[in-house]
Amino acid sequence: MKLPLELISLLLLLGAWQVLAMLFPARLFPTPVAVAIQLWQHLTEGKLLADLGKTLTRAAIAFFVAMILGTAIGIAFGRSRTLDRLFSSWVVIGLNLPAIVIAIMLYIWLGLTEFALILAVVLNKLPLVITTIREGVRSFSPDYDDLARAYRFSFWRRLTFVTAPQLTPFVLAAARTGLSLIWKIVLVFEVLGSDGGVGFRISTFFQFFDIKGILSYTTAFILVVFVFEYLILRPLERYILRWRQAA
Amino acid sequence: MSGPELRIEIEGKRFDFLPPLLSDFSLTVAPSSVLALVGPSGVGKSTLLRMIGGIDTVFRGTVAVDGVPAADAPPPGFVFQDPRLLPWLTALDNVRVVRKETTREEAGEMLRRVGLAGYENAFPHQLSGGMQRRVAIARAFSVNSRLLLLDEPFVSLDRTLVKEVEAVLQALLDATQPTTMLVTHLPEDAAMLADRAVVLAGRPARIVADFRFDSRRGARSRAELEHIANQLAAAALERA
Repeated sequence: MKLPLELISLLLLLGAWQVLAMLFPARLFPTPVAVAIQLWQHLTEGKLLADLGKTLTRAAIAFFVAMILGTAIGIAFGRSRTLDRLFSSWVVIGLNLPAIVIAIMLYIWLGLTEFALILAVVLNKLPLVITTIREGVRSFSPDYDDLARAYRFSFWRRLTFVTAPQLTPFVLAAARTGLSLIWKIVLVFEVLGSDGGVGFRISTFFQFFDIKGILSYTTAFILVVFVFEYLILRPLERYILRWRQAA
Repeated sequence: MSGPELRIEIEGKRFDFLPPLLSDFSLTVAPSSVLALVGPSGVGKSTLLRMIGGIDTVFRGTVAVDGVPAADAPPPGFVFQDPRLLPWLTALDNVRVVRKETTREEAGEMLRRVGLAGYENAFPHQLSGGMQRRVAIARAFSVNSRLLLLDEPFVSLDRTLVKEVEAVLQALLDATQPTTMLVTHLPEDAAMLADRAVVLAGRPARIVADFRFDSRRGARSRAELEHIANQLAAAALERA
């Protein structure tokens, strides 16, 4: 019942796009079909695959580094009030510092390097992960700790059966919000300074006012995000949180 | 195999700056007997149980299970006030999680003994309150502990379910003979399951009545049960 509705929603979007394309000049607003043809050309004859590969690699590295670091720090902050009080203002600054400022500063300090770009993405995502995980740890039930203590759970048993399952929904939430953030900022940082990737290519199209090129690259990117969301993230989430499903 | 002897000598137990909950409190429980701790809410029954279970170790004094400090003793079978099942594990895995040596077959057999054959793969949210309570009992007995600690195991169950869970407990107690501490505020539950009942009252809590019942639990007539329950209720009321 859910899937057809989501498909209908996509068809509606395409329909709206087509209507707008008919209202504006083709040079400024190409039709979905024209964009699809352009996308196919970039895919078969252009550099779309290479650019997508670069962007996705950067996003993946930044995502995993930020998730691992953010989870570890979030757990520490959730467990220790002292640490949290000592560094919570850093997290607030991190949450509110404009992404572009971090990127520019790192590019100045480290040069227009791959490392600077990925580090900028990591630093942008990190505070969000820390905050989500910290709140997750704070919401742990002391009742389960009592259970673990009564039955003399070892450290690993407690981690596997008590701590990790309570943390999982928060890790998934951090992953989802973090991914949507990373997709966006990787592209912005690529526009700002890189030698390839979806963002870099879109900035090139922009210099030639190539709307069709911009939309074809954007569509390709959105398709990748959809595949990730519907074929990987959602099934994974459904499986991991199957115990939460309604009776 | 008989249950351990319990020796409880609490010099002092308090929470923050409140008056002490327990002070100069002493109690010995005979091996393989079922002792009921009866008293009003807040008197310290559950705290005492947590100390015996090795969960609460912040107190002055000693709680020894066969001479071993409670926190170092083998894990007891502990039934909490709520079923306290891990919601991300199935009924079978909830039984297995408390003892890594428990095989799937053993856990399944334990569930069968509490009347839950066929529910091995159900998650807690798919079970009724009474069924969750029975999984908790199966879990407590699955650790093969000689010590069983029951903290208001019938609270929030309707009386039909109480009878059902009581029957399950009675059968398991008869079969395994652990030393058992039953915390309850209902004299009827104590009358049904206990060999001995201790009534607590006041702050710091003190033993205001100590009853040892001659008749065998599980074989008591309705009149006997009523008589015991009335005795306990009267003792609790008198000293309240």
